[in-house]
Amino acid sequence: MSAHAHDHVEDHHDDHGHHHKETFVTKYIFSQDHKMISKQYLITGLFMGIIGIAMSMLFRLQLAWPDKQFGIYEILLGKWGADGIMDPSVYLALVTIHGTIMVFFVLTAGLSGTFSNLLIPLQIGARDMASGFLNMISYWLFFLSSVIMVMSLFVEAGPASAGWTIYPPLSALPQAIPGSGAGMTLWLVSMAIFIASSLLGSLNYIVTVINLRTKGMSMTRLPLTIWAFFVTAIIGVVSFPVLLSAALLLIMDRSFGTSFFLSDIYVAGEVLHNQGGSPVLFEHLFWFLGHPEVYIVLLPALGITSEIIATNSRKPIFGYRAMVASILAIAFLSTIVWGHHMFISGMNPFLGSVFTFTTLLIAIPSAVKAFNYITTLWKGNLQLNPAMLFSIGLVSTFITGGLTGIILGDSALDINVHDTYFVVAHFHLVMGISALYGLFAGVYHWFPKMFEGRMLNKNLGYIHFWVTAIGAYGVFFPMHFIGMAGLPRRYYTNTAFPYFDDLANINVVITIFAFIAGAAQLVFLYNFISSMFFGKKGPKNPWKSNTLEWTAEVKHIHGNWDGPIPHVHRWPYDYSKLNKDESDYVIPGEDFVPQTMPLQDNEEEMNH
Amino acid sequence: MEATVAKTGTEGKTWGGGNRPLNASYGKMMMWFFIVSDALTFSGFIASYGFSRFKFIDAWPVADEVFTHVPFLHGVPAPMYYVAFMTLVLIFSSVTMVLAVDAGHKMQKKKVIWYMFFTIIGGAIFVGSQAWEWATFIKGDYGAVETKGGKILQFLNTEGERVAIADFAKHIPTERVTHEKKNGVWYAAEPTRTSFSYEEVKAGFLANDNLLVRTQYLDEHGHPTVLSREESVAKIMNDGKLVVEGANLRHNEYGHPLFANFFFFITGFHGFHVFSGVIINIIIFFNVILGTYEKRKSYEMVEKVGLYWHFVDLVWVFVFTFFYLV
Repeated sequence: MSAHAHDHVEDHHDDHGHHHKETFVTKYIFSQDHKMISKQYLITGLFMGIIGIAMSMLFRLQLAWPDKQFGIYEILLGKWGADGIMDPSVYLALVTIHGTIMVFFVLTAGLSGTFSNLLIPLQIGARDMASGFLNMISYWLFFLSSVIMVMSLFVEAGPASAGWTIYPPLSALPQAIPGSGAGMTLWLVSMAIFIASSLLGSLNYIVTVINLRTKGMSMTRLPLTIWAFFVTAIIGVVSFPVLLSAALLLIMDRSFGTSFFLSDIYVAGEVLHNQGGSPVLFEHLFWFLGHPEVYIVLLPALGITSEIIATNSRKPIFGYRAMVASILAIAFLSTIVWGHHMFISGMNPFLGSVFTFTTLLIAIPSAVKAFNYITTLWKGNLQLNPAMLFSIGLVSTFITGGLTGIILGDSALDINVHDTYFVVAHFHLVMGISALYGLFAGVYHWFPKMFEGRMLNKNLGYIHFWVTAIGAYGVFFPMHFIGMAGLPRRYYTNTAFPYFDDLANINVVITIFAFIAGAAQLVFLYNFISSMFFGKKGPKNPWKSNTLEWTAEVKHIHGNWDGPIPHVHRWPYDYSKLNKDESDYVIPGEDFVPQTMPLQDNEEEMNH
Repeated sequence: MEATVAKTGTEGKTWGGGNRPLNASYGKMMMWFFIVSDALTFSGFIASYGFSRFKFIDAWPVADEVFTHVPFLHGVPAPMYYVAFMTLVLIFSSVTMVLAVDAGHKMQKKKVIWYMFFTIIGGAIFVGSQAWEWATFIKGDYGAVETKGGKILQFLNTEGERVAIADFAKHIPTERVTHEKKNGVWYAAEPTRTSFSYEEVKAGFLANDNLLVRTQYLDEHGHPTVLSREESVAKIMNDGKLVVEGANLRHNEYGHPLFANFFFFITGFHGFHVFSGVIINIIIFFNVILGTYEKRKSYEMVEKVGLYWHFVDLVWVFVFTFFYLV
């Protein structure tokens, strides 16, 4: 496949893609074209996102008014919402599946799957992924795992409800909670398939970036998006297999009687045969993936933001090499900090202090990124379109959420706030909301690339951003305070503890903000669907961007460029570059120089 | 077009774009990165094994006492001989794989066929040997008693030799009715029964004065602790609960059940890899015979499956080291 695509420039007769008659099935369903696969990932991810966010609305409703009855429970939850009262075990199930869907299905597959697929070939100047076939398999495995995860919502005893981290023994013993039955089995099967999908996708992204860059596209001329996707894929290849180890051992414990994670357990007065296992072992294996997973979610969003902020500030990105180095540093550090999720698990306190040290090191590359965003914005000619607003929003939430990470990463300070709403606030801001903003920014920016020139409605985009931004901070800012006050996470209701009575009103406020933010997403959905079909067609390069994807054909053709693949002559961030005597821009009247433009006589080469 | 004429400024640079910087096809790199990923899955298992073994370092079975059998040599204690043979076969199959890849580079179809054939045979011998190894481990040899706390008690005579429970257990006739499927609406299959009940082993033990009990805990020399006759009798009277023969995922007559859990899981997972490798090798073998790669003018597929095969061998070296040698 790639070999053919490569010959393309030299040999036009060898070109098999364009002239084949494509059927509906090969074009829209079992497509091997990266642009279509990207859209499949996005739409599947958004669909899963609707489920995940709807679940959060339901449990927010329960948390705000635990003593009231709501008919919506009965409508949506059936027997678990009888008479409008939410069943406590379904509350746990909702929290679990919300976490699973948002982390894996929306922010891993939906974000990195969508934009890696769309942008890697287009921005490096390739006709498609290295292996279109494996790319297709990767999407369909993701689809299958989504279907199984959704199916698990309908089994009789309910879906998995041990939390998205599925710690044993809760998740290992079917008799422990209702959600540990068939629901948990389906959860594990779904995740195993998801890991296979992620692996195939990542392998493809890595080798495509290594082998298929067009002539002149050296590693230091890559847009930062590609650097982010490339490193994300590497982290995925390194960390997901360890989750597979944990999942397989857990399946053995659940279904075949082994004792890897189980020891000394009594159920209903009866001693189980399991001896010797350790749940802490599971935590080690889980978080060896779990922590890098945070960066698998976040790095693509940071890459997207780098690109959008530079383009819309009409300025070169500040510190290109520092940005690349910090991506690499974050990737490396992400694999040696997992223990900070386990400070109070009974792990050796000395180990805790080591993990505190490595964890706090991450603040360095993160701060480099945050400051570089701000200095890129500084004195820029800011184009405040929705994509730019979401990118700036990401910088804001990344800093807000990151600062609390310093507190949580310290093994001594963590004792006070572990398992409270402080943690919930921290990770929702720093990875949840930040990554979602990155996803939205990417959709607003590259929508014309996905849907053949159609643009999203800008005004609806403004409404979407501002309401979401106010709603998201309204939800997660107060959570810091109730967390500091000691309110534990994952509790169905706090009415049994008079100590928390004073915090009940804050939970109402949070829920109201959650509904406001949720409603804003409906605006986005409407905008997305209507623009897909009726959106205004924009110019070929609507954001006056330098990167290669805007030189490709607007109409989707297999192979991306109708003629030969363009060559690259410069880095992607020559915005507002002046000529030698500083009388005008390099190209008079144009404040950007596309990567395909050879070095002009009237400019000096930049050493970024 | 002007852009294609002008220099890009990265001419001659390895990572300048428009070339293969690592001089490898995408397929070969994918195989390498897949191997990295799979290696981490195995690392997860082996690290878990180390974690658990370290936790029970004072009670871990001694591999030399567990893997003592060689096919057709019943009753001859030959610790590690058979697994050494298996390992050797697997390593030799890697050698033949290298030769097949090399012959492929030289486009010598006949040689590729023969070396692939030897590789497949080697892989099949290994998988078969592993099945035999599992069967022997599951069957067990001496039998043991498990205490109420789940610890294993083994039997020795006063000379310090192991004694099988079958050699001393007393036969106590009992009446029991087997519930058969045809006899009722409700039917649950009986759990597998051991050859002797705990009562029979206990009676036999008390009747033989020269029998001693050995616990799974290791003494300061790294040998399992042997109790005196009085201690042994007390142990059997107070703590014994059931008879264990062989090893499975719940019980293990050789000692800690986690030993058996990890042995079955890790060698099983590795065996599954070898099995898939043999299947893939067979597919490629037939492709070679059919001349697919001759037509393609490249035997790179042989090289790719070769990478996988070497990886599987390398993993075995680690599994072998950690389960059998140390």
